[in-house]
Amino acid sequence: MTKQWMSERANASEPAPAERSAGAPASERAGRRAGTKPPASSLSRREFGSVAAAAAAGFLLTACGPRRLHDISKDRLRQAIKTWEREYTEKFGKAVTVSDAPPIPGVLFAYALDLSRCNGNRACVEACVAENNQSRDPQVQWIRVLSMDKDKGIDFSDADPYYAPQQVPEPGRFYVPTACQHCRNAPCTKVCPVGATWTEPDGIVVIDYDWCIGCRCCMAACPYGARHFNWATPSLPSDQVNTSMHYLGNRPRPRGVVEKCTWCIQRTRAGRYPACVEVCPTGARKFGNLLDPESEIRYILENKRVLLLKPELNTMPKFFYFYGT
Amino acid sequence: MKAMLFSIGVCALTAAALHGHGQPARLATAATSQAARPGERVEVPPPPFSDGIFPCTFCHDNKDLKPNLTRRTFPDDHSEIVLKHDEQNRWCLDCHDAQNRDVLHLASGEKIPFDEAYRLCGQCHGEKYRDWRAGVHGRRTGQWNGQKSYLLCVHCHSPHQPHFKPMTPKPAPLPPTRPKPNFGLGDKR
Repeated sequence: MTKQWMSERANASEPAPAERSAGAPASERAGRRAGTKPPASSLSRREFGSVAAAAAAGFLLTACGPRRLHDISKDRLRQAIKTWEREYTEKFGKAVTVSDAPPIPGVLFAYALDLSRCNGNRACVEACVAENNQSRDPQVQWIRVLSMDKDKGIDFSDADPYYAPQQVPEPGRFYVPTACQHCRNAPCTKVCPVGATWTEPDGIVVIDYDWCIGCRCCMAACPYGARHFNWATPSLPSDQVNTSMHYLGNRPRPRGVVEKCTWCIQRTRAGRYPACVEVCPTGARKFGNLLDPESEIRYILENKRVLLLKPELNTMPKFFYFYGT
Repeated sequence: MKAMLFSIGVCALTAAALHGHGQPARLATAATSQAARPGERVEVPPPPFSDGIFPCTFCHDNKDLKPNLTRRTFPDDHSEIVLKHDEQNRWCLDCHDAQNRDVLHLASGEKIPFDEAYRLCGQCHGEKYRDWRAGVHGRRTGQWNGQKSYLLCVHCHSPHQPHFKPMTPKPAPLPPTRPKPNFGLGDKR
């Protein structure tokens, strides 16, 4: 019944073959001769020609023009990687490799951090900067360790990221390191007007640095302050560059784009732990495959007291905080 | 009741995290992480002995001097060791073996080498021992889906003073500054 109705409508909206071949309906031609305005929906042959040409040009530009790394074909990605490798090798005077490792099937990454172990020593911050080629000046750091008052609990309005005592932990304080939470319901990817940031199938939220227009909508949308903007051209001394790069991860960023933690995509897609996990002297940082029942992450979710940051926002982070004691 | 509610919460959380990604694919590419099974020996780096202290039988060869099994303090020997580990109830030979100083012994009397000391610690700290075997207590390096390296308890906790030592933090981040405007002229900031 519905189908019949639809087909009838389709027939009704389509002009009769005779009318189409004449370019315009007979009634319209009559109207024009009489000096009345033609109906807005009609097109002259010339107008139709220019609209069709514009549409064709648009289609060609979209099909053959630049694309986000999200949509790019494998061949074009390989070409782009060759170009980047040549460019970076020239720039830093060192052999740079850019990986295009795809997500591993059956893997959904998750992270856990033991709040009862973290003592705020910031070794993770230093390792992250070195691993991920973050700008040294102006300073860009993906991990931010917040010092909080034990009496107040987790209270972001009272958090201090600039603590600098002689020794940590300080009495009466505890530490909450924050970075990208790799939300399953990520607000940042929804607000991007150009689609330059998205969630990969293995759960890593990534940014296409070449597609980002630097509007910083994602930074406004992120409730965790995890995204950082390159206000100036990032400085990265050649002797400190990490030459093992990934096209969605730690390759050098230009000025005017947003960057953030990628869970060391260049390491984790090769099966290694992120740099912060390996360096943490208290062993507070844990990483693994959420879909693997034998992983550390699943052990933590099943056996420990687990909490999320700002769960009321329904961002559904894959970054879990837990109490190991 | 609270615990029950909490476990329900965790289940919901896990379920929520898994939802939308279908069944966990058990593919060859997605290798399982290799947690140490109960009873299995765990490969660890060598214990962090002070220089020149091992083998202990170099001095404690039990030839000239028979071991004295009476609990006492040693004001003159091993002055670098200050016991702050249940010192009211413990002393050296509760862990170190009187007959062979190059090994430790469990409460059962079983002798174990120093690189299996985790079994000794696990006698009292069972929960931590389980977490450590699962890879949740302590630092692990290597591969999240393959070979991992463990550390012994004593790599982080001195067995005689196990409380984790305070550390010097790395420098604090700089407060945000306003960069000089360049009005889009060139890339020179």
